[in-house]
Amino acid sequence: MTDTALPAASGAVQPNRRQTKLEPWQDPGEAPYVRIEGVSKTFGAFTAVDDVSLSIYRGELFSLLGGSGCGKTTLLRMLAGFEQPTAGHIYIDGVDMSEIPPYERPVNMMFQSYALFPHMTVEQNVAFGLHQDRVPGAEIRHRVTEALELVKLAPQRKRKPHQLSGGQRQRVALARSLVKRPKLLLLDEPLAALDRKLREETQFELVNIQEQVGITFVMVTHDQEEAMTMSSRIAVMDAGWIVQVGTPAEIYEYPQSRFVAEFIGQVNLFGGRVVEDAADHVVVAADAAGTEIEVSHAGSVPIGTRVHVAVRPEKMAIAKDPPADPRNAVQGTVDEIAYLGNASIYLIRLADGSMVRVTAPNVTRMTELPITWEDAVHVTWPAFAGVILQT
Amino acid sequence: MSRKGFLPLGDRLSRGAPALTASGLDPLRRLWVAGAALAGRLGLSGRTLVIALPYLWLLLFFLIPFAIVLKISFSEPLIARPPYAPLVEWVEGAYLEIRLNLGNYLFLAQDSLYAAAYLNSLKIAAVSTVLCLLIGYPIAYGIARAPVTWRMPLLMLIILPFWTSFLIRVYAWIGILKQNGLLNNLLIGLGVIDQPIQFLHTDFAVYVGITYSYLPFMILPLYATLERLDPALLEAAADLGCRPFKAFLTVTLPLSLPGILAGSLLVFIPAVGEFVIPALLGGPDTLMIGRVLWNEFFNNRDWPVASAVAIALLIFLVAPIMAFQHIQSRQQKADAR
Repeated sequence: MTDTALPAASGAVQPNRRQTKLEPWQDPGEAPYVRIEGVSKTFGAFTAVDDVSLSIYRGELFSLLGGSGCGKTTLLRMLAGFEQPTAGHIYIDGVDMSEIPPYERPVNMMFQSYALFPHMTVEQNVAFGLHQDRVPGAEIRHRVTEALELVKLAPQRKRKPHQLSGGQRQRVALARSLVKRPKLLLLDEPLAALDRKLREETQFELVNIQEQVGITFVMVTHDQEEAMTMSSRIAVMDAGWIVQVGTPAEIYEYPQSRFVAEFIGQVNLFGGRVVEDAADHVVVAADAAGTEIEVSHAGSVPIGTRVHVAVRPEKMAIAKDPPADPRNAVQGTVDEIAYLGNASIYLIRLADGSMVRVTAPNVTRMTELPITWEDAVHVTWPAFAGVILQT
Repeated sequence: MSRKGFLPLGDRLSRGAPALTASGLDPLRRLWVAGAALAGRLGLSGRTLVIALPYLWLLLFFLIPFAIVLKISFSEPLIARPPYAPLVEWVEGAYLEIRLNLGNYLFLAQDSLYAAAYLNSLKIAAVSTVLCLLIGYPIAYGIARAPVTWRMPLLMLIILPFWTSFLIRVYAWIGILKQNGLLNNLLIGLGVIDQPIQFLHTDFAVYVGITYSYLPFMILPLYATLERLDPALLEAAADLGCRPFKAFLTVTLPLSLPGILAGSLLVFIPAVGEFVIPALLGGPDTLMIGRVLWNEFFNNRDWPVASAVAIALLIFLVAPIMAFQHIQSRQQKADAR
């Protein structure tokens, strides 16, 4: 980090609209800022992190996403230096972190519990890290003021943590970890302790602040929506493994495994066998669902391979009349309807008993649904909608 | 006495009794009903009774004995039984005479023995408190940071000595510290010394005895505060660039201050008035107020001066006790948040 002043907070900014260079991971000339190489961590017989390798680039807001016990927090704690890898190396800005204790790493962490010092005021909490570096008093005052203004907490600077609301405490924790201008800021479930409405507001604010200060963020979260709205890239983790790394759109539109497809958003899975492997498309015979599915963008898959085809509910259409093309269409009866206002969710029961979920936008104004319970319907989707999953 | 519509209680009970027996109530239950009715007439609810009980206890076993001691401290010594002059007397059966004798307190102030004994008691108690803190803090810290399954057994080990009589434990120290005791034999056996050292009947022995006996009172409150300390706070300190020892000084120590104060007062207050340990382990010149008090009561049979010594000690200790109360209530308020 350079020693330039942090710019003052400005108005709302859309998440995912990144002012820094858009996709450094696409640029072969760009060196990764954080390199995790073959890192494993075992606790006794339990393997929390299993041979993980990752590259994170400067200015990214990188998310580690997964359920509880997937190893995301252990990985974050290894970046902070609270845990030592059993195997592998972590490099931050080219420096091997193996022998460097937490108090000497150019890394700061925002704790899930915030871990504010209860006996210190807001100001003293934020100044704590600067005092450790023996920054001169005048500069400490200046930088603390700057950081508190950034998180809009300047009026509360003399308060103690127990006199603040949950949202204010969260912002103190953020200011305290930002004020040292670390090379890497680690956020452990930064929004988990906030209520839903505040969480949504804070998502925007956090992305906004990250863009202003330009610090590389690594965030741990179990909330896929949070990861989707905030991140430049997401690493989905399961059982100590990184299952897939990609931008939110890549993860959502092109999941590489059943785990990712089912973990992120809603998905319909059709089991089947590849019957045609052409240059620009693959056809899967989904016997249980009673249809053939054409997937237009798939790579080559050998004929006879057993696969699953994943189709997102919002890419499907629902109609009472039979479609012209028997491919990419299933038929069943409406089992459940959930009216959400802007859209409706239909659960369709197929002949084999399995359920298909369809999300249809409510484009026209209606007080009575054109399709109702127990109606026999046809569900169709275009050839580009499906994704072939081999695992 | 009896107004219209109001019957004397006796009347009411005697008239009500047949009706109650008729409804089939046993005598115990009848007593309860009558008692509740009486309490109701006096404006007492069950809640006030619950609060009143501990007050009654304190009144009976603390305030009344205290008043007696206070009374004796103002009277004059007599060779009689009891060995002091009454404070209040009917003179010629006509008028009441109250004789308040402040001489006992004056005597305490004038004889330098008492001032020296008070000061020495405070010094011994203060040094012992510091020793308990220095020994107890690492122990409490160690237990609080031990794996959860270890904590209870370790705490049991701290509390275990209480299951043996206090007196026997102090006697055990005589066995360790005496001329041909365990400690001297060990040191001679190791070749550290040629001649046994005089440990027993010195101030050193008193410090050992008090520190040993009161250590659990220091460890337990310290453990309670240290155990509640969020380990994430120390991680946060390290994360912000604070080395472990400095993190201890800036985070752990200030946050364990309530435990340090509670433990220190729990050791200091009883140690000031300690009698058994200086009597058994201390030398003839170990001057502590507890021994002075004992001598006044049993050797000199000067109950008024002994009572004055006790009252003066209490006044000395009221300040730290009040401080302790204040800290406790403040901590409770903080916990309630």
